[in-house]
Amino acid sequence: MLTQAVTFLIFFAVIGCILYGRKLIKTEKVDAVFGNPERALGGTHWVIVGSSFLLLIWLYYSWDIAKGFYPKSANELCQVAKVNDSLLGLKYQFPIEERELKSTSQIKKENKNLKNINIEIQSSENLNNEQKIILVSFINKTNQLIPLLTNEDLLENETKQKIYDITGKINLLTEKFQKPDYPFETEQELNDRLKAVSEEGGWGITKIDAGSGTIENTIEVPLIPATNKGLKFHAAAQELNLISDEFFKLRNHNPRFKNKIKEIKDQIKTYRKSLDESEEVASNYAKNIMKIARRIEFASIYPPNALDMMQNAIIKFENVQIKAQGGLRFIDILLFPAGTIVASGPSCSEQGSGRWLPKPSDTLNKFILMSKPSVGYKDIPLLWIDMVDVSRMIGFILPDWIADILPGDYPIHTNDGIVKQNFKGNVLNIVTGNFKLFKVPVPYGHIWDSFMRVFLGLVFGILIGVPLGLFMGLNRFAKGFFDPLIELYRPVPPLAWAPLIISVLGIDNTGKVFLLFMVSLSIMIISARAGASGTQLSKIHAAHSLGASKRQILRYVIFPNSLPEILTGIRVAVGMCWGTLVAAEFLAGTTGIGFVENVAKKYFQYEVIWITIFIMGMLGLLFDITLRKIIDKTIPWRGKG
Amino acid sequence: MSDLVSQDLNMIFKTPKGETVHALKDLNFTLKKGELLTVLGPSGCGKTTLLNITAGFIRPTSGIIKLNNKEIDGPGVERGMVFQQGALFEWLTVAENVDFGLRMKNEDSIKTSQKVNEWLEIVGLKGFGNTPTYQLSGGMQQRVALARCLINDPDLILMDEPLGALDALTREKMQSLVLKIWKETGKTIILITHSVEEALLLGERLYVMAPRPGRIHKEYNLPFASMGLKEDLREIKKNKDFGEKREEILEMIWNMEEEIMGKEI
Repeated sequence: MLTQAVTFLIFFAVIGCILYGRKLIKTEKVDAVFGNPERALGGTHWVIVGSSFLLLIWLYYSWDIAKGFYPKSANELCQVAKVNDSLLGLKYQFPIEERELKSTSQIKKENKNLKNINIEIQSSENLNNEQKIILVSFINKTNQLIPLLTNEDLLENETKQKIYDITGKINLLTEKFQKPDYPFETEQELNDRLKAVSEEGGWGITKIDAGSGTIENTIEVPLIPATNKGLKFHAAAQELNLISDEFFKLRNHNPRFKNKIKEIKDQIKTYRKSLDESEEVASNYAKNIMKIARRIEFASIYPPNALDMMQNAIIKFENVQIKAQGGLRFIDILLFPAGTIVASGPSCSEQGSGRWLPKPSDTLNKFILMSKPSVGYKDIPLLWIDMVDVSRMIGFILPDWIADILPGDYPIHTNDGIVKQNFKGNVLNIVTGNFKLFKVPVPYGHIWDSFMRVFLGLVFGILIGVPLGLFMGLNRFAKGFFDPLIELYRPVPPLAWAPLIISVLGIDNTGKVFLLFMVSLSIMIISARAGASGTQLSKIHAAHSLGASKRQILRYVIFPNSLPEILTGIRVAVGMCWGTLVAAEFLAGTTGIGFVENVAKKYFQYEVIWITIFIMGMLGLLFDITLRKIIDKTIPWRGKG
Repeated sequence: MSDLVSQDLNMIFKTPKGETVHALKDLNFTLKKGELLTVLGPSGCGKTTLLNITAGFIRPTSGIIKLNNKEIDGPGVERGMVFQQGALFEWLTVAENVDFGLRMKNEDSIKTSQKVNEWLEIVGLKGFGNTPTYQLSGGMQQRVALARCLINDPDLILMDEPLGALDALTREKMQSLVLKIWKETGKTIILITHSVEEALLLGERLYVMAPRPGRIHKEYNLPFASMGLKEDLREIKKNKDFGEKREEILEMIWNMEEEIMGKEI
């Protein structure tokens, strides 16, 4: 439903925007001069067209448009695929899609095999002449099998009758297939089928497993025929399966052939028994000749014209069913991009880009489901709030030794086994957070975890990096002393540190925050240093002669003057931290948006992968926009001084 | 005695190439309270060095410079400075720039804002108090710089080509403003300039300096500054005496420049 609505909306939006663009070209004066940069201003409508095209390509290549508009055709095509599959075995017997009769090619193949084995035996150095003569006689006997099968005169009446029967069945099916009410479904059958259809569910329906909270796409294209047209193909496919089973059970074994092959088998068996261990080569050749004889026995080799009637019947049916498909074939080619349903055979799965590109509608559904705190991912919601008592935070912030340094002792139980609380014990309760106050909402979840890691890493980086950077920009000792340290660790890609840091500090938050702290620290130091050393001397002179002390110059001149560099540094650091974090979460961890993607990758949950990619993009964009806003607010003088 | 006294002031630099430059040699002069001294000279004659030494930004190689009988050994609030390019703090508004010095001294904010308004009125920036400085024109920025310097009530005002970067019209207005402030406050002012006209117009006294080594080449006592307090500056420029002096100094500087060029070739 949503997909159809969105597709139509996009369609009309694109047309509307293009018309609007045409109108603008005619009315705008700046458009008269080619090369005027103002021509590029105010293209919001083209933004709409651009994003619409992107969405349209996604909708199309993820098979979502096909699913939205032609789910019935897909179901019917699935039935066509079944017919094709059933027909395949029969068709391969004849020069319909192949170049020659299956019998012909079998004979050619086995003759060639016999010839090769003959040459090998003749030139073999491990065989004596006696053995060679015997083996060649086997080959000749095997060769003589083929004419026994291909001789029309030897074809038994029983076999002829069976071929005639099968041909008749195919012709009957062709006749029935052309009737509109085929396969003559009863009321009961219809109800059963419809029930089965509704039980099977729609294409790509999303189900939640209430127990584990996982979401899965149950099926791709529904298998059970939902329309009469589809049912026709489905029934025909079933009948064809029976027919082809019957045909492949049929053997063209006349009594003379039977005797001959029995003779060959017996002779080879006896010969092989008579050989001792030293004559293994001869035994192997004999075994291979027997294999060829067996293949000839079970290959459906018939006299050249024995199957002509059947061939015609199959071609007739093929033409009828292709005609019955009608426009379905074009839908298959056009609407199921980069692959067709028919090509997938009776499994009716999505092909090509449909396999790895999730449908926007499915993705949205899954995203909505994952956003529900009760579902989340791996039992943790993406982003939700938890009511936490303030006492826990107080207990976390206050160190426990506050209680320890108080005079007196902690309460000891009395003889009656009663513990009487005293002041020191009460204080311990407070500093450990063992009391109740009121609850406040605290966010948690994968997104929050990732966000907090970046935030904390960045804050620590700024708190230490900015003062250190300013110090280094102003003091010879500081620059010289800290420079080697920073220049040694900074050029190393942050992720190169990750294995070390994660194994020392653990896979939880500490390691990741420290890694991000390292990333942001070097960037903040460098930018603060550049800001400090880039202060105009005349400003510092001015501040000096206005009576400012060193500390005041640092606070009121150098720091504000470095702000543009520092804020740009923060912006760079956020980007670097974000990229490093996601990769660090890939490496190890139990929460975070990168962790979600890594797990989704293991289970081929393409929707989840795309959702995490989307979330990461949006969060990165959010960070950048926020920082840009802050920069515009705090340093409006930038570039205007 | 609140004079500026310089005794045998010498300044020798070493360039990165290792050459020694004698920027100032045996400079002796005395500037009485309330005098307006303009310093003129070709580039490289040590004008700015002299100013920086007076401001306390650099220390002389030898010799003593005293203000109010106190040796100058660092920057101080009693010596206000106005730079060529304002050197305003662009993250502050006009008023915040002007009261910067008072804030550094933690003065009472009500008194401060009164003073700021007074000074903004004097320099002709009434009502611009809340404007960010980066929105001001060059002339207005110099007015802010003047007010910022004067609000601290310094004994000596040092101006390093304060009007050098302004257009001709603004420059003339600012010249009147400098004279007006000089008269109203009675401050001692040293003004460095490249413009002979400006030096003649503003200077009660005028030093023409010569380069290599930097020294005072000639000293003038001029009447034009006091005239400028009453008359229109443009009228003074038409004065015959003014014209003669201008030609004389121009030729002097021209000769010096030629001498340098000759030396270099």
